[in-house]
Amino acid sequence: MEFFKKVPTLHFMRLRHRWYGLSALLVLASVASIAVHGLHLSIDFTGGVEVEVGFTKPANLEQVRQILIAQGFKEPQVQIVDTVRDVLVRLPPQGETVTGAEVGNHIKTALSTLDPDVKLRRADSVGSQVGRELANNGALALLFTFLLIGLYVSIRFHTYRLGVGATVAAMHNPIVVIGFFSVTGLTFDLPALAAVLAVIGHSLNDTVVVFDRIRENFEKSRRAPPLDLIDAAINQTLSRTVITSGATFVVVLMLFVFGGEALRGFSVALLVGIVVVTYSSIYVASSLALDLGLTGNDLFPVRKTADELDKMP
Amino acid sequence: MTDFPRWRYWLVGGLTLLGLLLALPNVFGEDPALQVALAGRDKPACTAACAKGIEDLLHAKGVSFASAALQNGNLLIRFASRTEQLRAKDVFEGEGVKDQYNHALTNAPRTPAWMQWLGLKPMKLGLDLRGGSLLVFQVDIPGAVKQLEGSIEQDLRRSLREAKIQYTDIVPIKDAVTQQDAIRVTLRDAKSIDDARKVIEKVNSKLEIRVDENPAAPSITARVTEQMVRERSDYAIDQNLTTLRNRINELGVSEPQIQRQGRDRIAVQLPGVDDPTDAKRRIGSTASLEVHLVDEINNPAEAQARGVAPLGSKLYLRRDNGGPVLLKREIIATGDQFVDASFEMRQEGPAVNVKLDNRGGRRMGETTRANLGHRMAVVYVEKLREEKIVDGQKVSVDRTKEEVISDATIQGVFSNNFQITGLGAAEAPELAKLLRAGALAAPLYLVEERTIGPSLGEDNIRRGMNAMIFGMLTIFIFMAIYYRVFGLVANLVLLSNVVLLTAFLSAINAVLSLPGIGGIVLTVGMAVDANILIYERIREELRNGVSPRAAIDKGFDRAFTAIADSNVTTLIAGVVLWAFGSGPVRGFAVVLTLGILTSLFTAIIGSRVVIHLIYTRRREIARLSI
Repeated sequence: MEFFKKVPTLHFMRLRHRWYGLSALLVLASVASIAVHGLHLSIDFTGGVEVEVGFTKPANLEQVRQILIAQGFKEPQVQIVDTVRDVLVRLPPQGETVTGAEVGNHIKTALSTLDPDVKLRRADSVGSQVGRELANNGALALLFTFLLIGLYVSIRFHTYRLGVGATVAAMHNPIVVIGFFSVTGLTFDLPALAAVLAVIGHSLNDTVVVFDRIRENFEKSRRAPPLDLIDAAINQTLSRTVITSGATFVVVLMLFVFGGEALRGFSVALLVGIVVVTYSSIYVASSLALDLGLTGNDLFPVRKTADELDKMP
Repeated sequence: MTDFPRWRYWLVGGLTLLGLLLALPNVFGEDPALQVALAGRDKPACTAACAKGIEDLLHAKGVSFASAALQNGNLLIRFASRTEQLRAKDVFEGEGVKDQYNHALTNAPRTPAWMQWLGLKPMKLGLDLRGGSLLVFQVDIPGAVKQLEGSIEQDLRRSLREAKIQYTDIVPIKDAVTQQDAIRVTLRDAKSIDDARKVIEKVNSKLEIRVDENPAAPSITARVTEQMVRERSDYAIDQNLTTLRNRINELGVSEPQIQRQGRDRIAVQLPGVDDPTDAKRRIGSTASLEVHLVDEINNPAEAQARGVAPLGSKLYLRRDNGGPVLLKREIIATGDQFVDASFEMRQEGPAVNVKLDNRGGRRMGETTRANLGHRMAVVYVEKLREEKIVDGQKVSVDRTKEEVISDATIQGVFSNNFQITGLGAAEAPELAKLLRAGALAAPLYLVEERTIGPSLGEDNIRRGMNAMIFGMLTIFIFMAIYYRVFGLVANLVLLSNVVLLTAFLSAINAVLSLPGIGGIVLTVGMAVDANILIYERIREELRNGVSPRAAIDKGFDRAFTAIADSNVTTLIAGVVLWAFGSGPVRGFAVVLTLGILTSLFTAIIGSRVVIHLIYTRRREIARLSI
């Protein structure tokens, strides 16, 4: 079976300016949303208390909220997780030092008026200082990944024309992924951050494959117009790009479907990431390389022949 | 044919076998279990008789168990279900039984004996998969430094007095020049400056000393240097780690983990603990004892009324009746000098027998000899951190709770061994345990606490496994349809990739977390990529009219650079994540990094070997099933 019986001859590069527009729009929208809405960070980064309780029957969120408020808990956020019987209670940070189990037991005791068999499934409490440090570490990790990958790309492709394209694509992807979390209001937690880093690593995956082919095509016919060679490279690798992304998308979709609440942020970040990575490797990385004036000479610098070297003093 | 190197067969074959062997322990799964030990001072080993007693107890309560086996002086009881395990736990928490045995929830791997003998172990499960508590403590470094300054101040007083150098006062100050904490000794006479300096240098040669020869108030300022602070904080953390280990051992939790985390934190993992309230109190307790002489000259009631204690004394309150007591500031013995302690129930009430180290013992001997017939008091000291609202903002306030628990006349000379009374019946055995485990060199504050109940852990495992199984199935079906024989080869290779990855993770004792399972699933998705790159290349070569055999070779060779390049960047992300992450995220990073390595190996070398076996050994290849 083959999806592409013949190598397709789609004219990707001709439409690149429209796609630039879309990319710019996505990035702007993401940045704007992060600036306006902010990001719904989990207690991993903000500090705070999260308690998950399991009822034996479907839970009434409003009753749960009322009971907690009556018990003196300020601003409790109450939501259903995984099944209608499991309820997550989120409380603002207690301060630098924490008392998770005590709060958990307090909540459990309070809620046992609703259901005597209520179970404490999870009680997490993170101090505000720890949260701040984790957020800083996360930002540092993002920065380091960018730096190292930029370094690798610039060494690997000797030309800034490919390097810039690849790096811009790699930066564009996490911005859009984080923007997605901001727009949808999904909770951004530690596993989600790990997934974003994996997306940055993965974003070069498709780019590198396309660039490799571009290099090979230049090798074959150095005189042909770059636009045609790049189009050809994308078309030649299109089948692989679609199948690989599809396969990765499907397995991660299984994580999303079966993984439960704990892997929700992780799998969403990967799902969005895979889609953005696939598109950006074609439209951001390759298009930028073309518009920066990529030619065969960039990839294969004109070497002085041995004859010429001999003549040098 | 063939120029195909033979060593590749051996390499692939050998590694696959080794991988299978190392990964094998993971297929047996685990039993919910309970680890039971005899409670008591010297942790007596559980013998056949004790095992019999425990088994009878469970039978009597109607709890059924699968097996019970003695292991390193503990009894390991396996259960058929989580419910039975939790019922048994309730039995051990019952009145009367609780004090007799220490028990801990655990999971016992079902690995057969011959595998255990070979040292083959399944992957360890993280707390998010098996349930348990994570406690992260902050070591109070400023507190430790303050303690250091306090003890130096005390040593200065004593040494100067012993050297008969007169001083008007010794006070902690903020250095006017450097704005750092320092201790200022103001002398009565400028002539004694040189002598005093020598005494101070003898107390601690690392102190930074500045002399002010102002005739009106000649003084010496001694400052604790950065290096001393660093040494002190390293010592405090090391000492706290040791103390925590001892205390946690007394808790009887199975496979606890205690690690230093970052510069000044200690992370404690307690698998199977679903309510850490009790553990926290005992691990982080700063309760300790101090022994002082009683100030018998001044009137404590008067001092209390005036609110000022006389020079050299400090006002304390009695625990029993709240009455005032004046104690001399000098400490004769502190908690960190107690090397052993045990609890004893006596007719007059609970008592703690303590044993002092040599230094403390000598001091105690000298003191009791010189003060026969005078009174000596034991103070219970506990450092507490409380959160208070000041001007609408939460601030943490440190408070030291100090109570005089006993105040008695010295009847005879004693040194290393003595007895302390005046404690409550519940408090005395606990304090004995605390003293035995050693004092904390600096207070600990809990800054992170995560507890996952056993039911959520089990749900997480099930969810992770389901995601993995369904994800792999989808890929397998797709690959088989899309690439036919080559697709089946890819599936075989993917499967062996998961086996190798599991083998690796088991061999390096990695801890599997839920994000780690996510990492395995992601690795499977990304590992297909290498196969697809190769197969697409082969198809392309075939389309260009290249012979099947040459197409295979070209496909593998040409795809190689793309595969390698595209994985290096993910590898970089994995390594960064490993460096910055902790806990479950680090688990993900380990899986991601190792997964890339194993998938590179299996896709580039492994799948080539299999394809070579199927196709290129034949003389003629008419067409490829791709």
